[in-house]
Amino acid sequence: MVPEQLRYTKEHEWVGLEGDIATVGITDHAQQELGDIVYVEMPKVGTAVEKGKTLGSVESVKAVSDIYSPVSGEVVEVNEKLADAPEKINQEPYGEAWLVKIHVSAPAEVSDLLSAAEYESYIAAEK
Amino acid sequence: MAVPTALKLTPLNAVHHRLGARMVDFGGWEMPVQYSGIIDEHNAVRNAVGVFDVSHMGEIEIHGPEALALIDFVSTNSAAKLTPGKIQYAGLLYDHGGFVDDILVHRVSADHFFLCVNASNQEKDYEHIRDANRWQAEVDFASDRYAQIAIQGPKALATLQKLTTTNLGAVRYYNFVDGEAAGIPARIARTGYTGEDGFEIYIDPAAAEKAWDEVLRAGAEFGAKPCGLGARNTLRLEAAMALYGHEIHASITPFEAGLDWIVKMEKDGFLGRGALERQRQAGVRRKLVGFEMRGRGIARDGYEVFIGGSPAGWVTSGGPSPTLNKNIGLCYLPIQLAAIGQPIQILIRGQLVDAVTIPIPFYKRAK
Repeated sequence: MVPEQLRYTKEHEWVGLEGDIATVGITDHAQQELGDIVYVEMPKVGTAVEKGKTLGSVESVKAVSDIYSPVSGEVVEVNEKLADAPEKINQEPYGEAWLVKIHVSAPAEVSDLLSAAEYESYIAAEK
Repeated sequence: MAVPTALKLTPLNAVHHRLGARMVDFGGWEMPVQYSGIIDEHNAVRNAVGVFDVSHMGEIEIHGPEALALIDFVSTNSAAKLTPGKIQYAGLLYDHGGFVDDILVHRVSADHFFLCVNASNQEKDYEHIRDANRWQAEVDFASDRYAQIAIQGPKALATLQKLTTTNLGAVRYYNFVDGEAAGIPARIARTGYTGEDGFEIYIDPAAAEKAWDEVLRAGAEFGAKPCGLGARNTLRLEAAMALYGHEIHASITPFEAGLDWIVKMEKDGFLGRGALERQRQAGVRRKLVGFEMRGRGIARDGYEVFIGGSPAGWVTSGGPSPTLNKNIGLCYLPIQLAAIGQPIQILIRGQLVDAVTIPIPFYKRAK
């Protein structure tokens, strides 16, 4: 079940845009592939990020995976709750366990991302 | 273009798929890394019982009146001290003292030994032992004849006891009996790779599925779970048990790995003894030590270790410890810096993160 209102990347991040603030997380498919998530590393508030470049990382018991920024802009908020409860990403990847909020510099970048239907067929083809 | 080679499958492969396991390529074998989740499976083993398919492990059998002479020559441990029904952990070494593999030697009878070896090393081990065979011992590559299932955890005995008439309580740690489990002839060994009590059973591959199903059914009342290689790794790391390719490999000797206890220098000649003697004379220069992270971050295999701003060693295994709820690891350090309580730093993705050396094993079960 992929939420309709969000946009997606092929690296399995999701983006929700409100005004010029993009909320970013990883998809349910991504958390399932990773398994138990035990550590999250995110940039500090104020960090400039670029679309397609490393935003941070999430670590499961087995391995570390990079998170790529789906948009360009500046980090305005980091989900501090994840530092002590990274397992929330396994439980609510689309809800409480968002990773960062980014003030987007080019809102058009968001419409370039995959729609829910496109993302669904992308992960179906990946299997 | 590289031609993809087909992954090897254990006799339980279809069972893992049916159970919805996440399958991975593990040294050329398609193996389950997890079913319900690594932490959940890890906790099942620490608190109840977990069941692992370890049929990828290799078996080599050595027969004949000179079998003991050959084993004692290739093994660092003293096979002569094994009476039938007993098991020894041992190293197979190159002449230069580095590890070919670490193995379990079971003495079946006076002239029959059964070796359990690492999956990815089995062909190499077989060649190594055959090359060393200047006796009339018969060395038999037996991996195809055995499936192996590990039943591990405080409820392992109660689980397996429901399926066998063998009095498992009488089988002591590192002992085995040839009996039956679930009506299937089985070599039942009280060994494991988790730091818990438990058994490893060797059975006919054709009967593996029946044995697996019956073990899980017998353990259901205790909360038995199928467990994958992910939990196997977090469990063995907490117990600080060596993993070939990580803590031990061709460039590491048993003395460096803290495995002095499997080396019997008083034995006359064995492969690698000369090199170990020279190392002992010259002094061992590096040592495997445990550490826990003090800063935020998880150390992983291959990460560099720094002391006082200078490179000092490398991480061999690292990850979260579900039982202890901290991030732990093993690393090699120069012997003069390998004392407990040594502050170290791990280079994690470009950042130096604080850690400190602590005693191993990280986890020890209550007796």
